[in-house]
Amino acid sequence: MSAALPILAVWLGAWGLNAWLARFDTRLTRILVALIFGATVLILWEMITRIYNVPPVILPPPSQIARAFTDNLPLLWGDFVQTILKGALSGWVMGAVAAIGTAIAIDRSPFLQRGLLPVGNFVAALPIIGIAPILVMWFGFDWQSKAAVVVVMVFFPILVNTMAGLAATDPLQRDLIAGWNAGYWQALWKLRLPAALPFIFNGLKIATTLALIGAIVAEFFGSPTRGMGFRISTAVGQLNLALVWAEILVAALAGTAFYGLVALVERRLTFWHPSQRKQS
Amino acid sequence: MTRVLPVLTVLAAIVVVWYLAAVGLNMNWARQQLERDGVTATMPALIGNTMAQERPVLPAPHQVAAGLWEGIAGQKITSKRSLVWHAWVTLSATLAGFAIGTLAGGLLAVGIVHNRAMDQSVMPWAVASQTVPILAIAPMVIVVLASAGVTGLLPKAIISAWLSFFPVLVGMVKGLRSPDAMQLDQMRSWNASAAQVFWRLRLPSAMPYLFASLKVAIAASLVGTIVGELPAGATAGLGARLLSGSYYGQTVQIWSALFTAAALAALLVLIVGWIERITLRRMGLDR
Repeated sequence: MSAALPILAVWLGAWGLNAWLARFDTRLTRILVALIFGATVLILWEMITRIYNVPPVILPPPSQIARAFTDNLPLLWGDFVQTILKGALSGWVMGAVAAIGTAIAIDRSPFLQRGLLPVGNFVAALPIIGIAPILVMWFGFDWQSKAAVVVVMVFFPILVNTMAGLAATDPLQRDLIAGWNAGYWQALWKLRLPAALPFIFNGLKIATTLALIGAIVAEFFGSPTRGMGFRISTAVGQLNLALVWAEILVAALAGTAFYGLVALVERRLTFWHPSQRKQS
Repeated sequence: MTRVLPVLTVLAAIVVVWYLAAVGLNMNWARQQLERDGVTATMPALIGNTMAQERPVLPAPHQVAAGLWEGIAGQKITSKRSLVWHAWVTLSATLAGFAIGTLAGGLLAVGIVHNRAMDQSVMPWAVASQTVPILAIAPMVIVVLASAGVTGLLPKAIISAWLSFFPVLVGMVKGLRSPDAMQLDQMRSWNASAAQVFWRLRLPSAMPYLFASLKVAIAASLVGTIVGELPAGATAGLGARLLSGSYYGQTVQIWSALFTAAALAALLVLIVGWIERITLRRMGLDR
């Protein structure tokens, strides 16, 4: 019981500090509170693994993970290039272009839209990741098959969102632009696509996480001897959990950066939308 | 009719494209096989062969249908070859994980709404965690728990709980905050306690949000379970079927497992939608 006392002390101390800070509720304290909480979790994790002698094959302490991260930087960078840049990113771009293109192509046919929207919504809820073994069989072990999995995974969420976005203008706006004698393509380019952007970006942001998951999980079904999914499954086999956690750290950083980048572009392009305006 | 006809057209188009793709993709192998048999490769014979290979690159729809029928109706339910049995293994872990995840997400949401320190501490990390590919950790969780002596249904349930947890958390926080200032003032002027505000105002107004996230969560927890079944050693469940199919090149088996998983996902979402309709109607929130 005495071993648990310092853990409890840290926990209560950090919590008390946060409870006190939270009362101010300014921008700075909000960031501070979040940071303190994150740091507390890390410190508690380190203390628990040390005090209770948790074997590192079950849960390595954060310090060991940090060391594994810095020691294996070239290895991790190679995996990052293979999985994130080659697999996830290229698939994400191809899937997004294909989905937005399809949405525009069927835009003029209400019949196809009515048919494709329910099917798309249905497919978006399916465990599409299951298609990974099939695509790995078709496209081989290298990054092409991973990109293919990502294309299939991101296609439907983006398609459904783009279709909803293209329908988002109201009749008044469409009448106005028709009154200016704009043709179909002009109306699409100047009115309906900009109006659809918030929806499209919503789809793109959902797709960033899906892309990473698709690229990593597809590697469990076969991959060359590099890549994050491959490293995770082999390192687990060798019980080298610190390296696994280092890969997870890379995945987390890459995922956050990817999402943040898309959100940044969104902010630049849809600055006029209510959700992007500065809160006063 | 105006709603069904377009959907049927699209589905029919998908089947047609599938058949064409099956012919195209399996053609190579069909040609080689006919050559080996010494049969002159006429077009009808080639196309017939592409439709009925043992291990096609892309099985034709009727082969998948036959595989499904054989897996579902052609076996005893307790048999290890029965898709019903594998689906049940996956389903039980999914439901267990979904229950744990929903409960944890709901409780944490209540804490976040009522405690400002918790809101500011946990919420940014919960949102940030959405951008992390959590599924990638799944095999590690399985192996670690196995080495700690936890096997069977629980490790998979933990992964599916982890995936269903965040949609519920975010949806519930949004829902519990949805009553506007006027409604909260009204409760105050009735001298309602915090518990009364929660049970009579916040919880009922959170229900539509809760169900919207439950639909996302149950689909996510099914995906979580299937991925949780991928690591070597798993012999039961739809994910294990996918993996063994990919090891032995049994494409029909992969596609049947895939379709079973799809049907399961659709069924689960439908059931949640059905419960949603009944609950909202009884609460008078039906739109």
